[in-house]
Amino acid sequence: MKDEVTREERVTNLKGLGSSRKRVEDARFTQGKGHYVDDINLPGMLTGDFVRSPYAHARVKSINIDAAMALDGVVAVLTAKDLEPLSLHWMPTLAGDKQMVLADGKVLFQGQEVAFVVAKDRYIAADAVELVEVEYEELPVIVDPFKSLQSDVVLREDLDPNAPGAHGPRKHHNHIFTWEVGDEDGTNAVIDDADVVATEEMYYHRTHPCPLEPCGSVASMDKVNGKLTLYGTFQAPHVVRTVASLLSGIEEHNIRVVSPDIGGGFGNKVGVYPGYVCSIVASIVTGVPVKWVEDRMENLMSTAFARDYWMKGKISATKEGKITGLHCHVTADHGAFDACADPTKFPAGFMSICTGSYDIPIAYLGVDGVYTNKAPGGVSYRCSFRVTEAVYFIERMIEVLAIELNMDAAELRRINFIKKEQFPYDSELGWEYDSGDYHTAWEKALKAVDYEGLRKEQAERVAAFKRGETRTIMGIGLSFFTEIVGAGPVKNCDILGMGMFDSCEIRIHPTGSAIARLGTISQGQGHATTFAQILASEIGIPADSITIEEGDTDTAPYGLGTYGSRSTPVAGAATAMAGRKIRAKAQMIAAYLLEVHDDDVEFDVDRFVIKGAPERFKTMGEIAYAAYNQAIPGLEPGLEAVSYYDPPNMTYPFGAYVCVMDIDVDTGVPKINRFYALDDCGTRINPMVIEGQIHGGLTEALAVALGQEIAYDEMGNCKTATLMDFFLPTAWEVPNFETDFTVTPSPHHPIGAKGVGESPHVGGVPCFSNAVQDAFRPFGNRHTNMPHDHWRIWKTANDLGLHD
Amino acid sequence: MITAAFEYHRPSDLAGALSVLEEHGDDARVIAGGHSLIPMMKLRMAEVPHLIDLQDIAGLKGITIEGGMVTIGAMTTQHELINNEALLSATPIIHEAALQIADPQVRYMGTIGGNVANGDPANDMPGLMQCLNANFTLEGPDGTRSVKAREFYEAAYMTELEDGEILTQITFSAVNAGYAYEKQKRKIGDYATAACGVLITKDGDKVATASIAMTNLSDVPVLSEAAGAALVGTSCDAAAIKAAVAAALEDIDPTEDNRGPVEFKMHVAGIIISRAIARAWSRA
Ligand SMILES: Cc1cc2nc3c(=O)[nH]c(=O)nc-3n(C[C@H](O)[C@H](O)[C@H](O)COP(=O)(O)OP(=O)(O)OC[C@H]3O[C@@H](n4cnc5c(N)ncnc54)[C@H](O)[C@@H]3O)c2cc1C
Repeated sequence: MKDEVTREERVTNLKGLGSSRKRVEDARFTQGKGHYVDDINLPGMLTGDFVRSPYAHARVKSINIDAAMALDGVVAVLTAKDLEPLSLHWMPTLAGDKQMVLADGKVLFQGQEVAFVVAKDRYIAADAVELVEVEYEELPVIVDPFKSLQSDVVLREDLDPNAPGAHGPRKHHNHIFTWEVGDEDGTNAVIDDADVVATEEMYYHRTHPCPLEPCGSVASMDKVNGKLTLYGTFQAPHVVRTVASLLSGIEEHNIRVVSPDIGGGFGNKVGVYPGYVCSIVASIVTGVPVKWVEDRMENLMSTAFARDYWMKGKISATKEGKITGLHCHVTADHGAFDACADPTKFPAGFMSICTGSYDIPIAYLGVDGVYTNKAPGGVSYRCSFRVTEAVYFIERMIEVLAIELNMDAAELRRINFIKKEQFPYDSELGWEYDSGDYHTAWEKALKAVDYEGLRKEQAERVAAFKRGETRTIMGIGLSFFTEIVGAGPVKNCDILGMGMFDSCEIRIHPTGSAIARLGTISQGQGHATTFAQILASEIGIPADSITIEEGDTDTAPYGLGTYGSRSTPVAGAATAMAGRKIRAKAQMIAAYLLEVHDDDVEFDVDRFVIKGAPERFKTMGEIAYAAYNQAIPGLEPGLEAVSYYDPPNMTYPFGAYVCVMDIDVDTGVPKINRFYALDDCGTRINPMVIEGQIHGGLTEALAVALGQEIAYDEMGNCKTATLMDFFLPTAWEVPNFETDFTVTPSPHHPIGAKGVGESPHVGGVPCFSNAVQDAFRPFGNRHTNMPHDHWRIWKTANDLGLHD
Repeated sequence: MITAAFEYHRPSDLAGALSVLEEHGDDARVIAGGHSLIPMMKLRMAEVPHLIDLQDIAGLKGITIEGGMVTIGAMTTQHELINNEALLSATPIIHEAALQIADPQVRYMGTIGGNVANGDPANDMPGLMQCLNANFTLEGPDGTRSVKAREFYEAAYMTELEDGEILTQITFSAVNAGYAYEKQKRKIGDYATAACGVLITKDGDKVATASIAMTNLSDVPVLSEAAGAALVGTSCDAAAIKAAVAAALEDIDPTEDNRGPVEFKMHVAGIIISRAIARAWSRA
């Protein structure tokens, strides 16, 4: 058979690794044809809505549902009393704590769920919510974690103050845990003796992932066959199925969990919310499907927040700037319940990556978790577990140390980077960095922006400002980050006991196309596009001929879901491994068809060829057909494979970012003139998708650094519950982003890929923040807290006397 | 975020609208673009059992300019204000200000009438109308009357508009003046941290008249006559601008919100006012 197509064309046609293939999801999303939870309408479906607490801390004296029940169209009003017989008035959190599903005697944060109204439609439900009469007795409110640890007020009366919590002993009735890594005495000894020490306190403010689509679920209990179907905004549908089974007592095979299209998650949709539980109970009680979809205010006020870390750092160095030790203590405000979504053994996530990209000989991290009267959560907003906090911490400490040393911050980073030849590198706080080439990335970035030129320009601008010729100043923000993603090895990573492996199952159809199902779930990451590309390169079937399916627990293999940039490192690896199983069988089929020994054929793009005689071959299409229509001795018919992948290690993407910013000192308005982002995520599967992820992550980084926060007043009222005050940037506020890359493959990942969805957020926040702070460095600034909104920037200028 | 139930009325003439208003009194309210009213209804901060939609009433829309007088129908959208060529040349400050309101989606719906009748000190048009010394025409059961924008606002959400009245049009004379509308906001779609409209006419190289009005710096829009007076007769030099700013700051009373504390707002207001004056003067 003669081949008309060149090898190069065959590679291009596959649209495999490295192809900037267009996202297959976008046709439906850009035409408004997505199918989200709120698009699900089942026959007879009812709608649920919450009565929520207006108070941050109060005793619930009584709940009167009579008026609500009397409203035409109201079917039920559930309170904790109704859930108690089922033991569902409380639920376990992913962090080993428990959380009220509906207020059980008291409320602990504003917006807490008090009663669940079930009605014929959402309009009636909303009216009925107004009719439920709740009598509260206000209690003292604590919004400050430091005061909480001093206070006599017991927030969690359900907990025995003397009993240990899920992560060991508790020091106070409002204390949750202490988590320590590293050698504190050794670190202190080094710091005490050091030439130079910089200390700083910084608050990484509370914010919120705020996905475009809020959270929701539709529960449908079929009483005839005993099956529960649960549709919802779940970043981890299989875990939800397991939890639902454990909570409800319904056997797991009788529960089907479906995540339809999800409009963004960013960590907000990892945990389990009272709304999910209540929709299930309501469906069981009423016998018909029940939908619950929250609105924007409910999403911002009651679902999982991110950050809220009070961090205290000490960093020591030699006179020349070589870092000798790092000490970090965090007071972590977890709100009313500890509902962090971290692997079980890591109550502060991977905060211990806080030694960053630097070769630091000794370090210590201590974290104290604290209860306050704020919404629960503590999820990783577009980052692997607490990595954004860790990277912000070290990248600020580096800047402060540079000030202390009177040294350029780029140079200080350069002399402390872990060297290429030190990888795999064992960090002091226990991580094995898989691969990296930081110096090359840094040099490339600094060169790309003409760093020296920028510093000269900045010096001229400072001089002009001091001469009174301008009222704007210039900041150069630097950040170099190392992420830790792809959780994770089953030996130390689990969620509710489930090891954090992931999975892929592939079926090749007789005519040479395929379907692959994974344990992950895209929320905008483009899995249907990129996983098909991994497979295309592994099995020689064009990506366009491969369907990727996720999110239905009845069909997809068990997996731990999508968050923490884990899909490519874990499920992507499973996909490659399953592909390799397909290829191994295909090789036997090809050899049989070509009448040669298995070892005499080799894989070549989209076919197996006879070694040394590439004109004799069988395409994957021919092989697939043969798998179904021929009896091949010694082989089962069909062409399918499953792989469950337990990653041997995390992956460690890294990057170098530079932001150039002007600040109007009189109004506090910043203007970003340039943002350069170099990312190294190992093997690049789809450069266009990577670029899209980077633009998105940087946009959210800008948001967090420059204004996005969840703020409370002294009474525990949430002051930022609408998009008027919760900063979600528009195209207008977002600058042009320049992207760049280096490629340092992961040595342990089957295709060398590391994951990229969150890097830009992790690296971006300190970069924007450092730009603001760097602008004020020549005028005596050391550190100011985010978010750098207009008034806080203005205040920095004011405090430094720039308005005098 | 669901409104309470309401009755929807859609009269085809003004008389019809007025009669529904009369019939239901306090329980009725007109809706124009809905972009201030509907959010309030969804938050259940406004309960409106009878909603009267004005959009089918011919004659409430449109812009006419005759003999130096500009007349704008209450139902004219902010989008239409921005895209009207004649208005742009007659009173360019409206174009500059309207472009700083919200975002295109809001401006397609939001009307000038709703913006000025709303009584929200954060709305940009009230201050602008005071700056232009506009007149509001109000139709009610007892006939038509005219109220000056400068006398219309009493307190937040409290205006001269009586129950039963509808604002039909806004009129002002087109002045050939240097103009500027300067606004600081946190993002597109946000209300002002501080905003200021300025109109300056010139006599030789001196300021002949100056009109300075501010948005979101008190519980009502603020026209600072003292600030204007501080500029008249000067060559609008640094000292004159400083004096005008000082006078304007005397007339405002901002409150703390998520945009920042009073101290910050006062400072930013001063900067915004001085920039607006300087830009208006450069165009005079
Ligand atoms: C996201 C967002 C951002 C915004 N940003 C800004 C901004 O920066 N600056 C700004 O100025 N505005 C802003 N707005 C408000 C917007 O301009 C509104 O459209 C405007 O305030 C009201 O106009 P409307 O036609 O929508 O009035 P509606 O919302 O329909 O009505 C507002 C009020 O005026 C009354 N009313 C309306 N028409 C009449 C009439 N003819 N006679 C008597 N009473 C009447 C109504 O009864 C109601 O009480 C924003 C709105 C949104 C949603």
